[in-house]
Formats: sequence, structure tokens, C-alpha cells
Amino acid sequence: MKIKSTEIVDTFAEAFKMWGSRVIITAENRKWALAAARSMTGFATSVIGCKCEAGIERELPAESTPDRRPGVSVLLFTPDRDSMGKRLLDRIGQCVMTCPTTACYNGLEAEDSANVGGQLRYFGDGHQLSKKLGERRLWRIPVMDGEFLVDEQFGMQRSVGGGNLLLLARSAKAALRAASAAVKAMQEVEGVILPFPDGVVRSGSKVGSRYKALIASTNDAYCPTLKGVAEKTDLSPDINCVLEIVIDGLSEDAVRAAMRAGLEAAARPGIRRISAGNYGGSLGQFHIPLHELVAETAA
Amino acid sequence: MSLELSLHTPPEVPVEAEALSPQRLSGLSRAAVEKTPVFHGNRSVPLAEFFHVDGEAGGDLHLYGDLGRIKHAGAGMSEGRLFVHGDIGAHLGAGMSGGEIRVEGSAGDWVGPEMSGGRIFIDGNAGHMVGAAYRGSAMGMLGGEIIITGNAGNETGHAMRRGLIAVGGDAGDFTGVNMLAGTIMVCGQAGLRTAAGMKRGTIVLFRDAEILPTFSYDCCYQPTCLRLCLLHLAGRGLSIDDGFIGGLYNRWSGDSIELNRGEILIYQS
Repeated sequence: MKIKSTEIVDTFAEAFKMWGSRVIITAENRKWALAAARSMTGFATSVIGCKCEAGIERELPAESTPDRRPGVSVLLFTPDRDSMGKRLLDRIGQCVMTCPTTACYNGLEAEDSANVGGQLRYFGDGHQLSKKLGERRLWRIPVMDGEFLVDEQFGMQRSVGGGNLLLLARSAKAALRAASAAVKAMQEVEGVILPFPDGVVRSGSKVGSRYKALIASTNDAYCPTLKGVAEKTDLSPDINCVLEIVIDGLSEDAVRAAMRAGLEAAARPGIRRISAGNYGGSLGQFHIPLHELVAETAA
Repeated sequence: MSLELSLHTPPEVPVEAEALSPQRLSGLSRAAVEKTPVFHGNRSVPLAEFFHVDGEAGGDLHLYGDLGRIKHAGAGMSEGRLFVHGDIGAHLGAGMSGGEIRVEGSAGDWVGPEMSGGRIFIDGNAGHMVGAAYRGSAMGMLGGEIIITGNAGNETGHAMRRGLIAVGGDAGDFTGVNMLAGTIMVCGQAGLRTAAGMKRGTIVLFRDAEILPTFSYDCCYQPTCLRLCLLHLAGRGLSIDDGFIGGLYNRWSGDSIELNRGEILIYQS
């Protein structure tokens, strides 16, 4: 199966159950809202090393935020329900509360929730105040520029992490161009983030390692420099660079929509094949066949 | 489906009509609604002695006429919607815990005393003791919202513990007296001794007011939380000046004769 001149490999992306939450950060202006969001989503590329995956979902115009100030929507994913509260507490406390003029709101109505503001309030050392609007409780924590306002509860829901596309390219230049185009298209999809730097990862991993301390190691089957020496390679002689785009989403539908958009945008001259990473189907709960996505796009 | 009650005989003395709530009349036939007892002075009389009954019970309840002598309408409500087309008497929504009351007219004293939930919207004025504690009670309003587009009388939010009271016009004296927590906003002029004896909570004033000497000045800033409250009220139908939303406010802490954990925010510019 092909899109334009690019072959779409008959394989599937193997994705995993995760828990997701949406955080709305607002500030006096776009600069500070983005500063807090970038800080909060830093060092959050993979649960393997960062305990969570996070990214900016989109910027929000002032008229669509709770306090009518410029805002940013951030999605954060954890492998389990119990750790969500801790990750939110750490990152909102260290990255959002610290950033001038910000406020932080729950952006996801869900049955499950984590108490964040109710924990962060202790930073107020007894001077914190709460306000209840309808059923929603907010905490006002005095800080040096005024007050940090934060929702008590942040919703979380079952989500999907680890959707992915592998772009197999003739050259690094071609791979970067295609990856950038794909990222741009995928970022238009609501409910997903691409947690790696500007959405792209070059150090794809496989499960396990020859070193006992490591649970993951380089995906040698996709490393062009190992084509001649690796036990197994998935790269044909004309492939000299592979880049991966990983997708986390609040639902499988959102991940699939982002992958469809990525496939369409990445398929271009210089990209010989587009594949997807999986573990033979034995680990992840979600299997997303690339050919199904292409068929869905055509339909 | 809605039930409509129209006043056909104005009472000479106040009628105590706790039965006038959608919840209490729900499921009753028209005949049963007509026989529902209300107190005319100290006499129990059927509701039909004052009201013409139309429609079916089970949905919204609409009251029509000059109801200034009808007391306790919507008292104890926990669900449903009550619409009052005209003025209404005292104790409207007393102790209600849920549901919504909307008044196209003015209300008497004691609007929503000791209510714990739900919403009262008055497109007109209200009397004294809005959201207050009854005499001898430790706590007034415990939750919910009261929005008054016009003026309110004295002791608005007396000893309130939680919830939101917004007054679009002026408020009388002793607004927020002995307040325990919660939020009161007065868009017009507030009367004397506002916030006297408050322990916690927030009183927001949009015009200059006399501050008691037991309050201390903190700073001039933009409270983000206030933006949310004002936008919330605008969404509920209260007219809010755009300048208030992103404005600067002087913050005063008090009352120092009590816990000193309350605040008065006064709009500056």
C-alpha cells in the first residue's frame, strides 16, 4: 500500500493503557503562559525515564480560558492512576506556581480526579484561602506577585500512550522535513500530544538490554549504522535515517486521528517507507494497523 | 409540563406557603394542589382560596400576581425550578439545598436564609437579611448562590459560612456582619460598617466605602480568583462592567477583633 510514492508497511503501532489529565495554564500574557507550560512539560518525554509523558496540546485564546486570559492546554500521562496526583502535584507546584502571574485549572471533566490544589495549598503556610464556585473548589495561595490560583481537583481518564510512526528516509534532511510536516499536521488534532522534542524522537528503543540494569535499549533493527552488524535489521540498503513520532492521546480515536494526519503529511519524496513500532502485539493493549488508517483516510 | 398558580385574591395578612415549591407539589393532581394547606395568618386554608391552579405538577412551578404577602415560597427546596412573576414576600427559599428560584420582581426580607445549595436570582430588589442566619443561629448561608440585580437591605450575608451573594445595586448597612466565610459582592454603594466582625471570607466592593479601623491595608493587585467569580456571575445574567474583570483592587484584611482572616477587595481602576 502506498501514499504517493511512500510505501506504508503492513504493520501496526502497539500502544498502551495510560491515564491522562488536561491542565489549563493561564497568565497575564501568552509569554508567561507558555513559559509555565514549557517548564511543566520539560523532561517528560517517556515514562521510562521521566515517570510521565507530557506536552502542550494547544494554545488557547483568552476568550476560551476560565479567566479570560491567554492560556495553554497541557496533557499529562502516567502509566497508572495512582501516580497521576503525584506527577501533577510536582509539576504544577514546581513549574506553574513558580511562574509569574499564572493560574492553573482542571481541563478535563472525568469521573476520576486527583487532589492537587488541596495539597499545594499547604505552601500557603496557613494563609491560603479557598473559594467554591458551584461545585468547584479553588485554592488561592499567596505568592510574591499576588496569588496563585489552582483548582483543587484535576480530572483524569483512561487514555492511550505510545501510538507511533516510524519514518524511514533516504537521508536525514528528508526525514527531518517529513517529520516536521507530520508533527505540524498531528498537532492540529485535539486530545493528543507528541511528548518528544518538537514531537520527534531519534532514539527509538526496544525492550531489554544486554546490560541487566537497563529495561530498554537502542532499537538496533532501525539504526542505519548497524545495518551491517546487527543480528536483525528492518532497514533496506536505501534507508539512511529513521525518525519516530510518538503519540499519546486521551482516547484511541484521538491517537488514530493523529496518526492518520501524520501518515498523510509525512508521505513525500525522500520517505521510502512509513512503519510503526510494536512488540509483536504481546505487550500493548491497543494495536493500530497502518493500513487501516490509510483505508480510513481514503473513506 | 409546568404548574401555574395565579393569585386571584390578595391576602389581607401574610400567607405562609412553604408548600409553594415544585418539589412539594410534584406528583399531585390539580385537585390535590388546590387542597394543599397554607397558613393565612394563624388559619390553615386550602391553596385554592388564593390561587387559581393551571397546568400539571411535576415540572417547573410558576407563580403569578402581586405575591408580596406570600412568605416562605420555595423554602426547603432541594430540586426543581420555581419562577416568580411579580414581587414575592419574605423567607423566599429559606433553607433551600438545591434547585433554582428566579424572581421577575422584588423580594421581601430574609431571602435564602441559611440556604445550603441551589440558586436564587432576583431581577429586582431584596429586603434585609439576604442569606443571613436566623436570630439565634450560629451560621447563615451554607452554600449556593443568591444574585440580586437591584438593591439589598441591611445585614446581607450575616454570619454566612459559604456560598456567593452578588448585589447588582446598593447594599444596606452591616453587609457581611459576622461573616464566617463565603463571598459577597456589591456593585453599588455599600452601607455602614461593612464586614464588621468578619472571621473569614471575601467582600468585594466596586465603589469606595468606609473601612473599619480594625481592618489593615495589604496591597493593590489583580486577584485572579475575582475574574472567575465575575465571569461566573456574568454567565448567570448579572451585568458586570468589563473593567471590573481585569481591574486592580485594594485588599484589606480583617476583622482583627475576630480571626483577621477575611478580606475586603475594593475596585480601584
